Amino acid sequence: MPVDPSLVGRQFPAPAPLTVTPERVGAFAAAVGHPGGDVPPTFPIVLAFDAMTAFLDAEQIDLHRIVHGEQRFAYARPLAAGDELRATLTVTGLRQIGGADIIATASEITDATGAVVCTGKATLVHSAGGAA
Amino acid sequence: MSALAAGAALEPKTFTVTRADLVAYADASGDHNPIHQDEEVARSVGLPGVIAHGMYTLALVGRAVAEWTGGAEVVDLGAKFTSPVVVPAEGGAEIVVGGSVKSVADGLTTLALEVTCEGQKVLGMPKAVVRA
Repeated sequence: MPVDPSLVGRQFPAPAPLTVTPERVGAFAAAVGHPGGDVPPTFPIVLAFDAMTAFLDAEQIDLHRIVHGEQRFAYARPLAAGDELRATLTVTGLRQIGGADIIATASEITDATGAVVCTGKATLVHSAGGAA
Repeated sequence: MSALAAGAALEPKTFTVTRADLVAYADASGDHNPIHQDEEVARSVGLPGVIAHGMYTLALVGRAVAEWTGGAEVVDLGAKFTSPVVVPAEGGAEIVVGGSVKSVADGLTTLALEVTCEGQKVLGMPKAVVRA
């Protein structure tokens, strides 16, 4: 079933803030082999993924039918341990190509003061079921 | 000439990604999409097999950038996931991250990147900008 076109413009916040703890950063860095003690630049995907999950749940879209098509991050400052981050995803576009929905999203990640730490742009490719 | 002068080639980095790496990454990132774990689910949505998280490959780019630049602050990082990285049950997939310094201006260094698996480009328009 195709995704509802009226979704464009809707916002989906991540259900809870996430504190950047040394343990979380350490586990993420270890999983990708990131050197040094810095927060890996792709770490904000943890928050963006939470917001995306809120969107998929609200629209009853199966995660396994989603493939990540594109991801871009722009950083206002480096992330640091102790940051308390919040994310909100906005659906910015929707089109269909060959039976798949191409869902464009933007995520804004803010810290406890409300300042934007990082913005993300992603496309999610949703293969509508049926035959499979 | 500085290692990050415009035109300088960056030493290619080769990383091996295994199914166990994808399990560890799923735990660390929260992305438990079964297309990154389960052959049957992956094939049911038209994929050639279990594929690496696109964000795992992008994290490897972040790792290469950190190694090349000595952990410089990342300002922009992103790519299109144009071709899936298929990760076999035994052994692993080799991802090569290569590049050069595209430009240096206003305190920002832009890297031109090429990311391949078995000789095929897996990222489209990969971009990394660091403050260096």
